[in-house]
Amino acid sequence: MTTSIPKPRIHHPSLERNSIGLTRRDYEGSMSTLCAGCGHDSVTAAIIRAFWELSIPPHRVAKLSGIGCSSKTPTYFLREAHGFNSVHGRMPSIATGAGAANRDLIMIGISGDGDSLSIGLGQFCHAMRRGVRMLYVLENNGVYGLTKGQFSASADVGTKAKRGEVNRNEPIDPVLLALSLGATFVARSFSGDREQLVPILKAGLAHRGFAFIDVISPCVTFNDHEGSTKSYRFTRDHMREVIAADFTDGAVRDGGLDGAGNGHAIHADPGDETPAESPDLVPIRTEITAAYAPGSVHEIRMHDGSTVRLRKIDENFESTDRDAVYAYVRERQRAGEIPTGLLYMEPEALDMHAMEGTVARPLVDLAFESLCPGAGKLDALMEEFR
Amino acid sequence: MIADHTQTATTPHDTRSIAAALRVNDFAFRIATVNGTGSASANGLLMQAIFRMGIPVSGKNVFPSNIQGLPTWYEIRVNHRGHVARTPNFDLVVAMNNATYGRDLMELAPGAYVLFDSSWPMPDAVHRPDLRFLGVPLARLCADAFSGGRARLLLKNIAYVGALAALLEIPLDIIDTLLAEQFSSKKKLLDSNFAAVRIGYDYAQAHFECPLPIRLAAMPASDDRVLIDGNTAAALGCVYAGATVGAWYPITPATSLMDAFRMFCARYRVDPESGQNLFHIVQAEDELSAAGIVIGASWAGARSFTPTSGPGISLMSEFIGLAYYAEVPAVFFDVQRTGPSTGMPTRTQQGDLMLTAYASHGDTKHVVLYPADPGECFTMAVAAFDLAERFQTPVFVLSDLDIAMNDWLCPRFRWNDTWRPDRGSVLTAEQLEGMTQYFRYLDDDGDHIAARTLPGVHPRGAYFTRGSGHTRLGTYTEDADDYVEVMERLAAKIDSAADAVPQPVMYSGAAVQVPVVHSALGSIQATARQDARGPGEASDAGRSRVRVGLVSIGSCDAAVREAVDRMSERGLPVDYMRIRGFPFNDRVEAFLLEHEIVFVIEQNRDAQLRSLLLLETQATKDRLRSIRDYGGVPLSADVVIRGVLLGVADATEPHDTATVELRSAV
Repeated sequence: MTTSIPKPRIHHPSLERNSIGLTRRDYEGSMSTLCAGCGHDSVTAAIIRAFWELSIPPHRVAKLSGIGCSSKTPTYFLREAHGFNSVHGRMPSIATGAGAANRDLIMIGISGDGDSLSIGLGQFCHAMRRGVRMLYVLENNGVYGLTKGQFSASADVGTKAKRGEVNRNEPIDPVLLALSLGATFVARSFSGDREQLVPILKAGLAHRGFAFIDVISPCVTFNDHEGSTKSYRFTRDHMREVIAADFTDGAVRDGGLDGAGNGHAIHADPGDETPAESPDLVPIRTEITAAYAPGSVHEIRMHDGSTVRLRKIDENFESTDRDAVYAYVRERQRAGEIPTGLLYMEPEALDMHAMEGTVARPLVDLAFESLCPGAGKLDALMEEFR
Repeated sequence: MIADHTQTATTPHDTRSIAAALRVNDFAFRIATVNGTGSASANGLLMQAIFRMGIPVSGKNVFPSNIQGLPTWYEIRVNHRGHVARTPNFDLVVAMNNATYGRDLMELAPGAYVLFDSSWPMPDAVHRPDLRFLGVPLARLCADAFSGGRARLLLKNIAYVGALAALLEIPLDIIDTLLAEQFSSKKKLLDSNFAAVRIGYDYAQAHFECPLPIRLAAMPASDDRVLIDGNTAAALGCVYAGATVGAWYPITPATSLMDAFRMFCARYRVDPESGQNLFHIVQAEDELSAAGIVIGASWAGARSFTPTSGPGISLMSEFIGLAYYAEVPAVFFDVQRTGPSTGMPTRTQQGDLMLTAYASHGDTKHVVLYPADPGECFTMAVAAFDLAERFQTPVFVLSDLDIAMNDWLCPRFRWNDTWRPDRGSVLTAEQLEGMTQYFRYLDDDGDHIAARTLPGVHPRGAYFTRGSGHTRLGTYTEDADDYVEVMERLAAKIDSAADAVPQPVMYSGAAVQVPVVHSALGSIQATARQDARGPGEASDAGRSRVRVGLVSIGSCDAAVREAVDRMSERGLPVDYMRIRGFPFNDRVEAFLLEHEIVFVIEQNRDAQLRSLLLLETQATKDRLRSIRDYGGVPLSADVVIRGVLLGVADATEPHDTATVELRSAV
């Protein structure tokens, strides 16, 4: 028995290629073994699209997860990336360590509501506080799938389980939690809305810090019935995009460090569309927009040269004020809506390395000679213990 | 004649003269104070001064799990032969804590000295006319000489150092030099410390017959010794081994390891050009996270470690199983404290032997190193990273509070600049480029170790790290044969580490000549005759012989060596093996089988080392006897000797003269 089925790797010659010459198929993984129609598979597809559009070399990525249905999904994308399916709820600490060791890794963590909000609530919170530079996707379905349908900590009060029980415990809302903990990139989306999700994923990958995206991702088997507040139907009926994110790529380059010494594989030379030193670099300038009515636009330049344009759909929404966002989301949720979009972002966020003053070069690349003080220094030191 | 004539009125007991034998560089004393009153620096000063006199010395800090206000003791032992394991027999107490005054006196042998603060009457709780009381009005003298409550409180401690300098004959210039080194930039503090030393010194000289019969005399100084604690040493080992990522959650007694690592990194690991750190320390939210950070960092290719204690290992156990099964290197320092549960956090124990050997659910077994002193904390820290990366598995360095937090006399640490880390089998981008396919858990050369790859290096190196069932190709499996194949290789891999861990240290008294009358244990007659032959040659023509072996581990070493020497001198020569690594190798097993009676000496209730030996070697239960001392204070030689004699007596004819003689000698 197996839970992953390899996909044939034959490409149609006419498949579109990104700036590093890869097709979308090159960003895929094994065949999904999740239930047909699972929201998570749509998220996987959006992730594949986002990485492809950003022309990120797959092997520069580390894809990390905990345990649960959502945590299986890293097998289904980026087969040329190292994956780490860790223990339940503890992926954030693995990411913290991997990021500390190699700051040039592009990390994506996939988790679920059980993984992040119950067993791993502490690790989730502290990774945010610490500013681990990663894209953290919480595939939120309000239910434990692999153990057959128990409520999770994100289940709303009054929501009904498949067998009819009604949840009475207050839910933990990851978006409100993230806002209150000082997260510097907070978004909510829906697995059924790829147009909204892909630009947010791309903006999250460009964010220099902990980028959190809560994706409502219905469980077709255990939580898609009448009376559930995490079903496709309920989500479609109640979600309300309050702010749309349009993402415009900067230049994307394989490897290296940017001039500021901030290791990350996505880079840009603002104003230089075709940097001469990277012949394989053909910046994609396709603007991805969501099909919503335009409102007032707030343009944010990311450190890697890309641009995020935030278009207010609800003019009452104030996306630059953390407290205002918190109050807005809370109020709209009380009114029965699910506000979605790139709700809050601090483009000048400090990540873990900036706070700790770590050297720009990844620690894994430092030569032993630069790490070991040597015999002479030890002899001198020993005098202090005499 | 030792008597404080001026203070007899405030002395609660008779001051009597008891003839005392002259003992130079061979006694022990303890200082009883209240924690948070600044006595630690005074005690350290004393210890350092004795060390600079070239005299073998140890200092054991017996302290409470508290910030301020509870009893604390500092125990100093000097021994010209180098026997500086803890001893419970004190020749002098500096009784500065009213709350423990009665108890401190009760624990003294007849004729011992009591140095006390005679500024006020001491509680008359204990009638011990057999003790010799030395009253010094420390508080009054300091109140007269200094201003400010805090200064008076702190300098009172320095004043008893001065009194002891007179009583024990510590040259004042040594103390002055140490103070000058400590307060080089604080002239005012230095002056008041100098003055406080004189206050105690002069008072003692004026009122007592100085020095006492227990006294110190400088010995030829050796440049080869340092005074250092185990956590500092282990941290230094991490720096020298090239560790770059440290993660931890604060816990006594492991905290000072990361404090020291941070201090050394600030000194040696800051890029001179950019001022940026060539290290990354993460104070995690708990030990689970600390373990995850270490595993994540090691997985990504850094040398990474976490210092913790038993409660931390309990919390880390799930992750330890992941690292074992997914084959991720990781280094864990377990600085043991008294368990179970919270136990006694500031007391020592060897209670995590079983825990670390098999930590986590399912079939797991780990490489464990057992340092006996700070010197080995340094070398074994370095070795731990090599072993972890070579065997791609968690490695534990099992220290304890006694080693970690007390200053030990050790041979100077040395470093070989040609040493390079053994990073194990890790494929480079070039190697991967030349391969057609890569499989993570395929052992292609029969050494039970499969090459690993690091993320971010090459697309061909990609694999999925998982704690779920996997095949040798690295793919998920629920197939029995595929699963078992990987598990069998893991077992063989860890077993093969037995020859790579540090070898046991053998320390031999001569073999005991004991004719066996009934059976090995039926009758042991320890003749006092020494056997000139070495270990392993215990048979003689026409006569069976029983050999006694001692087995121990970690910080028991100093006490066991002392016991071996003392028993050997008294006519019971024994062999001693100190185990330094797990899994046990053939030499460990051979020692057990070569000795008819083996005493396994350890500091835990349940004889965990003995259990491990029974599980992992061919030794049988009847062969392995147990000596245990686990109340939280470091082991003393008396406990070992008593245990061996009782054990030998148990198996010996009742009127055996040698054992009777030995027992009386304890």
